[in-house]
Amino acid sequence: MIEGILIGLSTALSFTNILMVMVGCFAGTIIGMLPGLGPMTAIALMIPITYGFDPSTGLILMAGVYYGAVFGGSTSSILLNAPGVPGTVATAFDGYPMAQQGKAGKALAIAAYSSFAGGTISAIFLLIAAPSLSKVSLSFQSPDYFALMILGLTAISAFSSKGQFLKAMMMVILGLMLATVGQDSLSDITRFTFNNMNLTDGISFVLIVMATFAMSEALTIIFRGKDPNRAAKQISLTELGSIKVNKEETIKMAKTIPRSSILGFLIGVLPGAGATIASFLAYGMERNYVNEEEKKKFGKGSVHGLSAPETANNAACSGSFVPLLTLGIPGSGTTAVMLGALLGFGIQPGPRLYQTNPEIFWSVIMSMYIGMVILLILNLPLIPYIARILAVPRNFLIPLILFFSVTGIYLMSFNNFDIFLMIGIALVATFLRLYDFPMPPLILAFVLGGLMEETLRRSLLISDGSPSFLWERPITLIILLVTTIIVGWQIFSTFRKKN
Amino acid sequence: MRISPTKFISLLFLVLSVLYLYSAYNIQVFAFDENAPFNARTFPIYLGYAGIFLSSLKIILPEKTTVIVDHKVLDYKSIIYLIIVSVIYGAVILKIGYFLSTSLFLISSYYLLGERRWIWMFTLSFPFVAIFMYLLHGVLNIYLRDPLLQYLGIIG
Repeated sequence: MIEGILIGLSTALSFTNILMVMVGCFAGTIIGMLPGLGPMTAIALMIPITYGFDPSTGLILMAGVYYGAVFGGSTSSILLNAPGVPGTVATAFDGYPMAQQGKAGKALAIAAYSSFAGGTISAIFLLIAAPSLSKVSLSFQSPDYFALMILGLTAISAFSSKGQFLKAMMMVILGLMLATVGQDSLSDITRFTFNNMNLTDGISFVLIVMATFAMSEALTIIFRGKDPNRAAKQISLTELGSIKVNKEETIKMAKTIPRSSILGFLIGVLPGAGATIASFLAYGMERNYVNEEEKKKFGKGSVHGLSAPETANNAACSGSFVPLLTLGIPGSGTTAVMLGALLGFGIQPGPRLYQTNPEIFWSVIMSMYIGMVILLILNLPLIPYIARILAVPRNFLIPLILFFSVTGIYLMSFNNFDIFLMIGIALVATFLRLYDFPMPPLILAFVLGGLMEETLRRSLLISDGSPSFLWERPITLIILLVTTIIVGWQIFSTFRKKN
Repeated sequence: MRISPTKFISLLFLVLSVLYLYSAYNIQVFAFDENAPFNARTFPIYLGYAGIFLSSLKIILPEKTTVIVDHKVLDYKSIIYLIIVSVIYGAVILKIGYFLSTSLFLISSYYLLGERRWIWMFTLSFPFVAIFMYLLHGVLNIYLRDPLLQYLGIIG
């Protein structure tokens, strides 16, 4: 492990990679700050830029963007009560009241310190957990992987759908259907191409991400006629106040951070769960932990109430890398985008990544520490200036997002068809969003589609076409039982609420 | 009877799943693969049935919460304009080149969204695209096809 850490450090500390972490954190902060645009959009917009880099550098840039976007989301939550990302909704509960009391600078500082601490502690957990889990997951066979993917897709549908489980599951199926377009990986038989040569290689992952996130989020902002920056124009830099945190507040944070970090990391590891659930659970847990007097301050600018979700959402970000790096199965929409980018680089994440590409495995983990430090030392003093980005009018913002989306596709194929296909998918996604059909399950399913078909093929060939592979191995059976419990719980909660 | 938009979308998804399943059964596989435990048809067939099952459930089951979208507040005009401009952009990008088409796309999009500050509109189009192209092509060495600039000898 020490050798791995050194490999990771030497890669992550190269001039280019440090620069990429800085650029990533900065760009992520800016994009994440804009309400409506989350980490997935931020990462999607970065994909074209990573084409020119080696895989480690590309992934380090995307990891920096991820953290930056989550941090940026907190800023708009605190200043505007308009969370940039769902994972920072809970931040607004106490961050915004604090800002209204003239302590916006302090709230931003508490959020920054908590994010830093949560991210750093969970990166240590990741350092310990990832190699061990990689070794365990080497014993996994095709049926186990197939079951794990079913679990991941079910879990993300259950957790990301705001109670609309069936809608999310329909999006999963749509994502899997889109993944089957093009040549079959084994037989090279073309499927669902309708004799269109442009579809022979299938639909590009970047196209799907750009269409369902970057472009469709931009169109949704226009469609709803909402200007994410309208409220921001009222922000005056002088109103932010001091960013100094006093001793009493530091003690409160010191109590909250460890428990929220552990909770956030564990939630992040779970497939489908993530920063949003982690932050809400941490907020609720913290409210139960504190004394009665502190409890009354919740919702009115409590330090505990601000620190807990901020710590947990960053810890969950690190946690979500565990299934990606060790099993090759992303647990969230954001890590699914990263998996797609890695596959684009010709790298298959999974238990063998630890042995075959140690520099990637370790440099990503080490870059997380560096990213956290950079977020703290770069962003905290610059917050008053970065906050100005919230005043960029949508008249400029939306065309620029569309421009980045089209450029990403153009760079990939130099083909008109892909641009038209992206516009078409983005339009459909925009309408689906209006009626609360979630997009992360679609992305995760699209990314996992090929691997899922492959593991199902192997499993069925081994069992000679019998479905017995689903219950022959204890691991497969346990994973499928957990999946059944999640589905059962969703059905139960639907009927319980109805009655 | 009035059908809710969510159920209507589910109905469309049901139709899509049926068509997908029909196409899945019509995938041509090799003769020796026809009766294999798994061939190019197997996975799509499962997906088709899953799609039919889930969308049927969504149509049949009563809705827990109804999503209400007020179409009066939706800005259809801007969306349609932006889509038209984007389609034109996609259509001409190969012919007139990345630099010119992108700059014109940006200027027209700013204008359509109500921007009238021409200095900003210009700055965030031609010079902005030029800098972006330089970063991609010159610094990051990412190939950017632009027949016009190649013809003019500006890029190699």
